[in-house]
Amino acid sequence: MNFKKNVHFSENLPRLIFGATAALTILSLISIFLFLLISGVGAFKEIGIKEFFLGTNWNPTSFHTPSWGIFSLIAGTLIISILALFIALPFGLSIAIYLSEIASPKMREMLKPLIEMIASIPSVVLGLLGLLFLAPLIAKIFHLSNGLNALTASILVAIAALPTIASICEDTLSSVSLRFREASLALGTTKWTTIKKVVIPAAGSGLVAAIMLGLGRIIGETMIVLMVAGNSRAFPHSFLDPVRPMTANIAIEIKEVVVGSLHWQGLFAIGLTLFLITFVINLLADILVHRRHSYEN
Amino acid sequence: MKIRGYLQEAIYFSIFRGSAFIGITLLFVVLVLLFLPGHSVIDWHFLTSPWQHRDITKGGILPAIIGSLYLGIGVMLISFPLGMGTAIFITEYSKNSFWRKIIQLAIRNLAGVPSVVYGLFGLAVFVNFLSFGTSLLSAILTLSVMTLPWIITASAEALEAVPQKFRETSLALGATHWQTVKKIVFPAAFPGSMTGGVIGIARALGETAPIIIVGATFYLSSLPTSPLDKFMTLPYHTFILATQHSSPYASSYAAGTALVLILLTFLLSLGAIIIRYHYRRKKDW
Repeated sequence: MNFKKNVHFSENLPRLIFGATAALTILSLISIFLFLLISGVGAFKEIGIKEFFLGTNWNPTSFHTPSWGIFSLIAGTLIISILALFIALPFGLSIAIYLSEIASPKMREMLKPLIEMIASIPSVVLGLLGLLFLAPLIAKIFHLSNGLNALTASILVAIAALPTIASICEDTLSSVSLRFREASLALGTTKWTTIKKVVIPAAGSGLVAAIMLGLGRIIGETMIVLMVAGNSRAFPHSFLDPVRPMTANIAIEIKEVVVGSLHWQGLFAIGLTLFLITFVINLLADILVHRRHSYEN
Repeated sequence: MKIRGYLQEAIYFSIFRGSAFIGITLLFVVLVLLFLPGHSVIDWHFLTSPWQHRDITKGGILPAIIGSLYLGIGVMLISFPLGMGTAIFITEYSKNSFWRKIIQLAIRNLAGVPSVVYGLFGLAVFVNFLSFGTSLLSAILTLSVMTLPWIITASAEALEAVPQKFRETSLALGATHWQTVKKIVFPAAFPGSMTGGVIGIARALGETAPIIIVGATFYLSSLPTSPLDKFMTLPYHTFILATQHSSPYASSYAAGTALVLILLTFLLSLGAIIIRYHYRRKKDW
């Protein structure tokens, strides 16, 4: 009897331990949200939600009256996100189509890890190359005094997000059933027509999910925009204006604020906003992927 | 009509092929552009000497290398056991249950949280709430939370790749569930999860934003001796040299530091991939 009891114990203990570590992931996510909320909610109360999100002037350390509007920062994030997605999406999708539909299996085995290696380039390195090479080039092309602006940042951020988009698009395209392709080709269509009319529509929501995940990566990118976006808090009017996205603003100012001050709370409120945006994007991507799975089954 | 279709196909396919080619080229362009200004500053002295703030040509980046290594090892010690434990729970103990779905949802969302937000989280929790201060320990804990979803995903993938036959055979021989997991499933999945984990650590080493917020510092005269010390790291050092240093040589020293960083990350990733390849050849399932 005693023996059996021991077996039960030694069988249940691992389950408990592993269960506890797994619970830690849920706990992390909840505590990230809670700590951001606790540290940042004071800012919403003090500044007012409308003023905080719609004010175009962010100047917490102003000599006269500090102003707390993050709309210009949001605009900076938006401009860079849209431009970067505009560059990375067709590029990433093309790579994915090549890897999944055209390349030989051997070629794909070799090329996919190489594309994914781009993801292991630290973003500070891309930022440095932007400062050294791309910004001077952009300045020369558009006759600007310096090339630190939204366009330069977008190009580099697009490179950073490229492997995410290409890799997930490729997974999605590859998962489209071979029967669909064969049925289409058997009807006498060309390979391209099959890709365009059958494979891509069948991959549909999975591709949208890949775009969403890439977008999440773009919005959260910090070092590149911190180094090459120009850091101007003025409201941007063109993609050649210097901008300061939300992520860069946090990184610039957080070291210099007093713990617990309104400025500190304001920065956490920006962090909370970023967290919620990426959370919603990820959740939408998740729903799309699941809808696709249930549709396939 | 048919000919036009084929022509169209040829044009589109060459665009796709070209994109893939440009994608690969980008990787090499990055390496070359870094090598050009950076290689001349890298020598033995640069790699093994302490940093000299006044005259950057006299000093080296040893404290930054050591700091990054401490950070990598620390993150590994925390996030590997936790990540593998979670992966085992997901694949071996919670087949298709409600909890499994919730945990996987949490993992995917954790993976999408911007790194600067992890920095704020670390600042609020580890630096202030737990009073670890801006220190190596705070940075290790922050990056551990950040890398956790990557490690879990890689480990779970490796565990799921272990054939069901293995588990069934072991159970049929009278082994308990835990014995099967410990003696059969885990050893078979270990190389794969290690590979994914090491690639995750390599990526974490390049992260700069959270490090700026929770503990890295620019200038240190001595190496960190306790987990509560401040420390230097390669990516932060690169950032400072690139943006805040007035020396005319700063940009080539920034490129040199970045080159060391990228070689370190690539070597780690490559080493991990080679190990996986080696084990994959040995296993016959």
